Parts: sequence; C-alpha cells; structure tokens
Amino acid sequence: MTLNRRQFVQGASAAGALATVPSVAMGADSIKFGSILDTSGIFEAYGKPMEKAHILALEEINAAGGLLGRKVEMIPYDTQSNMALYTQYARRMTRRDKVDVVHGGILSASREAIRPSLRKAKTLYFYNTTYEGGVCDRNVFCVGTTPAQQSAILVPEAIKRWGKKIYVLAADYNYGQITTNWIKFYAKQAGGEVIQADYFPLNVSDFGSTIAKIQKAKPDMICAVLVGAAHLSFYRQWAAAGMKKKIPIATTTMSSGNEHKILTPSEGDGIIVCQSFSPQADFPSNKAFLAAWKKRFGHTNDIHEIAASSYDGVRLWAEGVKKAGTLDRMKVIEALESGIGYTGPTGKVTIDGKTHHVTHDMHLIEVKNQTLTIAKSYSQIPPSDTQRVCNLEKNPNDTKQYEIKI
Amino acid sequence: MDLAAVVVYEILYTIAFLALISAGLAVVFGMMRVVNLAHGEFVLLGGYAAIVSHNTLGINIFVSMLVVAPLAVAVFGVVAERLIIRFLYGRLINTMLATWGLSLAMIGAFTLIFGPTTTSIKAPIGGFAVGDYSLSGYTIFIIASAVGVVLLIFGVLKYTRAGLIARGAMQSADMASAFGYDTSKVYMVTFAAGSALSGLAGGVLAPLVGIGPTAGLLYIAKAFITVISGGASVVSGLIASSGFFGIVSQAVTFATNSVIGEIGLLVAAVILLRLLPTGISGRFFRDRL
Repeated sequence: MTLNRRQFVQGASAAGALATVPSVAMGADSIKFGSILDTSGIFEAYGKPMEKAHILALEEINAAGGLLGRKVEMIPYDTQSNMALYTQYARRMTRRDKVDVVHGGILSASREAIRPSLRKAKTLYFYNTTYEGGVCDRNVFCVGTTPAQQSAILVPEAIKRWGKKIYVLAADYNYGQITTNWIKFYAKQAGGEVIQADYFPLNVSDFGSTIAKIQKAKPDMICAVLVGAAHLSFYRQWAAAGMKKKIPIATTTMSSGNEHKILTPSEGDGIIVCQSFSPQADFPSNKAFLAAWKKRFGHTNDIHEIAASSYDGVRLWAEGVKKAGTLDRMKVIEALESGIGYTGPTGKVTIDGKTHHVTHDMHLIEVKNQTLTIAKSYSQIPPSDTQRVCNLEKNPNDTKQYEIKI
Repeated sequence: MDLAAVVVYEILYTIAFLALISAGLAVVFGMMRVVNLAHGEFVLLGGYAAIVSHNTLGINIFVSMLVVAPLAVAVFGVVAERLIIRFLYGRLINTMLATWGLSLAMIGAFTLIFGPTTTSIKAPIGGFAVGDYSLSGYTIFIIASAVGVVLLIFGVLKYTRAGLIARGAMQSADMASAFGYDTSKVYMVTFAAGSALSGLAGGVLAPLVGIGPTAGLLYIAKAFITVISGGASVVSGLIASSGFFGIVSQAVTFATNSVIGEIGLLVAAVILLRLLPTGISGRFFRDRL
C-alpha cells in the first residue's frame, strides 16, 4: 500500500482526534489534578510517600464533598527518576489531559524542567519539596522548607548548646553550597564562626582523612549538609572512629530519606536536625494526619518531611480554590496570595503572597533510638531567604530563580 | 607527630581499600582477561550477603563477613560463569556487553529486593586514641584483611598445585589441556575464586561504607584503574599500584580536600599509564607473581 502525504495527514489527525476524545468525555465534570513524581528509580524513596500524600489529601477532599461541588480526579505520572520524562509528561498533562493544577517535582532539576512549560500553558504549579530557595514565579507555589528556615534555628541553637566553632561538611551542589552560606550567616549573627567548610561530590563515601582533619581543626561541632546514600558513610565512619561522644553533629538533611532509620542508634543518637515535620509531634492536626495515613496505607514508617509538605500543598491549593470559588487560574492565584493558611501535619502553614513560599512552624529535633524526638518548636518561621530577593507584588511577571547572595 | 601517625594510618587504609576491591578483579581480569563490568555489583553482593546473614539470620558478624559473603558470591560467580561468561572467553567486546548487562540486572534485582536505600551493619570494633586523635579500630581490621587477601593469593598461586595449574591454563590453555587438565573447569574455579575475593571485599567494607543498589559505581572505576595500572603480575602489580594510588590520593586529600584527592588519583593514573603502558609490573616486576 502506498500512502501519499494527504492520506497520511488525514489518517494521523483522525487518530489524534480519536486519542483525545475519551479523556475529554470521561472527565467532563471532575477537576483534574496532575501528580508528577519519581515513584520508581533511585528517587522512589522520596517520591512514593509523596504520591501517597497526594492520594490521601484528595480522598479526604472528595469524601468531604469535593471542590466546588465537583470530585477531584488524580492523574498520576511516574517520571521514573528520569529528568527527560518530566518535560514530556508535563506537555502531556497540559495538552492532552488539560489538568487544572500540577503538583510534584522532587529535585530542583525536575522543577526547572517543567516550570517554564507549565507557565506557558497557564497551568498552576505547586512544588512541595524542601529546596534551596529563590524561585520567584507567580505561577508557582513552593510549599517546602527553605535553607534559611532550617539554619535560622539550627545554627543559633547548636551554638548555644555546644560552642562557637563550626566545621561544615556539605554536598557539592547548589543546595549544599547555598545552605552553607546560610550557616555562615547565622553563625556570625549568633556570635559563632565557621572555621572550615568542606564540600563533597555526591559519590564520596570515604571520610577517613576528613575525620582526621576535623580532629586537627578541633571544632565545637559539625554542621552536616550531606546528601544521599554515599554520604551516609560519614556518620558510620564518625561513630567507628569513636568521635560521636567528642564532637556533636547538627544537620539539615537527616530524615528526608528516612536516614535516621538506616543508621543504627549508636551512629545516629544525639544528632540534631531542624525540619517542619516530625511523626513524633503530638499536636492534634498531626495526630489526625498520622491516623488517616495509617488507616489508608497500613503503617506510617515511610512518611518524611516532604511527604507532609506535599499533603500541605494539596490542602492549600484546595483552600485557594474554595476561596476563589472557581478554577480560573488567576483567581485561584489571587486567592492564595491573600495569605491563605490551614493547619495540618506540620502545624499552621500560611502562604506568603509576595514570594509564593510558606511561613510555617519548624521543630528542633533530636535523633534518639531511630526516632525523631522534638526538643523545641518554633512557630511561624518565614521564608526569609526568598523574601530578600523576590517580590511578586511589585514584579508580577518575574520568572527567575534567584541565587541568593548573602 | 600525632598527625603524621594519623596520615600514615589513613594512607594504609586507602591502600588496603584499593587492594581489597581490586583483588577479585586482578584475578578475573588480570589473569583471565575477562573484563567484568559487573565487578562492582559482585562486591555489593558480598556486602548484602554479609548484612542479610548477620542482621536477618543472626550469624556472627565476623563469620558473615569472612565466610558467608565470599561463599555466596563464589556460588553466584560459578552460575554466571557457566551461564554467560564461559561462552565469551577471548571475545573482549562481547564479555563487556554481557557483564554490563549482568551489572544492570543485578542493580535492578538489588533495588527490588532491598529497596533503593542503603543498608548496613554496625562496625564491630570501636575506636581508639593516638595522642589527641581518635581513630577507627575497624580500619585495622580492614588493613589486616587486605594483607591476608594478598598473602592468600600469593600463597595459592605460588605454592599450591592448583595455583600452578591455574597459571598454566591462563598462559596456554592448549598446553594445559594437552597435559590432561580440564581447562574449562580451571577457568570456572578461577572465576569463582575471583568472585569470592570480590565478595569478601564487600563483606568487610559493608560496615564502613554502607551498601546500596547503585554503590557498585564507587568501586568499579577504582578497581579497574588499580588493576590496569598494576599490570600483568597479579600480586606484585596489585601491591604496587594500590600502594602508589593510596599514597597519592591520601597525600593530596590531606593537603587539599577529597575532591582534589580523587582528581589526584586519576591524574596519577593517566601519567603512570603514559609512562608505563604495560603497568607497573610490566616494567619493574616482570615474570614475578
């Protein structure tokens, strides 16, 4: 059979029309919620609980009658820890599925891969992960913790407990470097000093010489911004060298991958962390969240900070839609910018209209026998890093991610 | 003074680390000329075997690391050799492709069984102090294991009949079979021995570095660099190149930081292979083990 150009074009457009028909017909009256996460591959430990958080939040919303009298339908995409799939699936969500909102993205690279195309397609986007801060885009809401929110509490508290000299060990990419700068900033403010900062590529797993160097420098504490599986070796080698009792450790990165459960008690106990969520926090809204999670998924072992903030993201979006009374993107954005808040697993969360980031509670947490015990809670910490550079009230057309200079 | 002792200690550890992760490859690649791109995963398999046997089955940790890990990987090595590798001896590109596939399959299987996170066991030996510094006692155990492994390889190849047959079969398979030795079996046993050494490395290192499905990448590049730079002699090449790279990378790490230390190791390897294309033992320890 020969096929000329015209026949080919006719055939292809007919096939295209066929492919689009069912999805339009199917979801005519449900609200479409696009979920885009790495639920397989090397980031699945992050992505799977985040997807569960989306499922739980939407089921609760639907059980309460949905939004604007309509059910919310989740359209999940698994990006398989592959950055190339993000752009592809984002296009599919906006063109074929015509979703009303997109939630997801884990690594900063994945967010930056889809942010421009979602803005262009005028699809509202929620990024709910702990990240390095600085995204300034009216189409995006960032519901995760930023470095200043962690360091502003962790560093002064550690200095108060242990002394003034800090040795920083950080992952050698933007998150590690930016966080280190904030640690330096807050150390100086609290009268302390970063005497040395060492950066490590993500695949470094031998810290023997580093441990010797740390002992030579004699700091009062270690501040660790180590990321990923290879870097976990540091805690093991530190304990094996018998240093655990001599120099204490504060870290910004324990528990996003449930690291405190991977390390044995003798390696992890006594490390202090600062984050917005702890399964041990016993205020009512967190207890309700944990109970609902347990009922839906059987156990709560896998919940981490960014799963809790993913849940926050969905609930905040729902509040915005309720307040706007419509799904129109600009009206929802304006409703969210008015300072919408709600109380959930991480306590009270309020959207900061100028930056589209969140003000939320932070907890100083001690690792104890593989659990996260809250030592002290700090209420309503603003995203002060992004606030320095981003003002969407003044520059509504801004789309940059700022590198925050200190 | 104390610092000098600490530096020497860390250098010895790095040498031992390189020797351990490269020993299995030195046998499989150095002797048999099989480019085993799944070497890193063989090491991991040893680590997993040790962890499972200690954490789940409750076997003594030293037995898990020193007996269970190498045995498990040796068995796996025999299976892999019988099913895949024996058909590909002498076909370099094909072995690379096949073992690369094996490596990907093993990464997938590890992820499926153990999940994408790292697992580990607690180091069984505590720290001790040298002057103002405190050091990991477990490091001594690793150094001792590396020495043991090197002596074992040397002893077997030099003083046992099996070692002699293995060397003979590797040098001239036709000749060995003309003498009535089943070279196919010799290859199988040698591959199993190489696998066992990889498994031992994984078991012994598990408490220090932690084992995750993709951690094999940490080992394979360094192992190949060490073995290729070492040259044709299994034992002397292994000692010479581990020693050289251990000293270079740790000295640079102490002077600067661990990133530059890694670069130092790679630069040293490039220069070394430019000056000695047949490896260290191709020039200095010819015709020795």
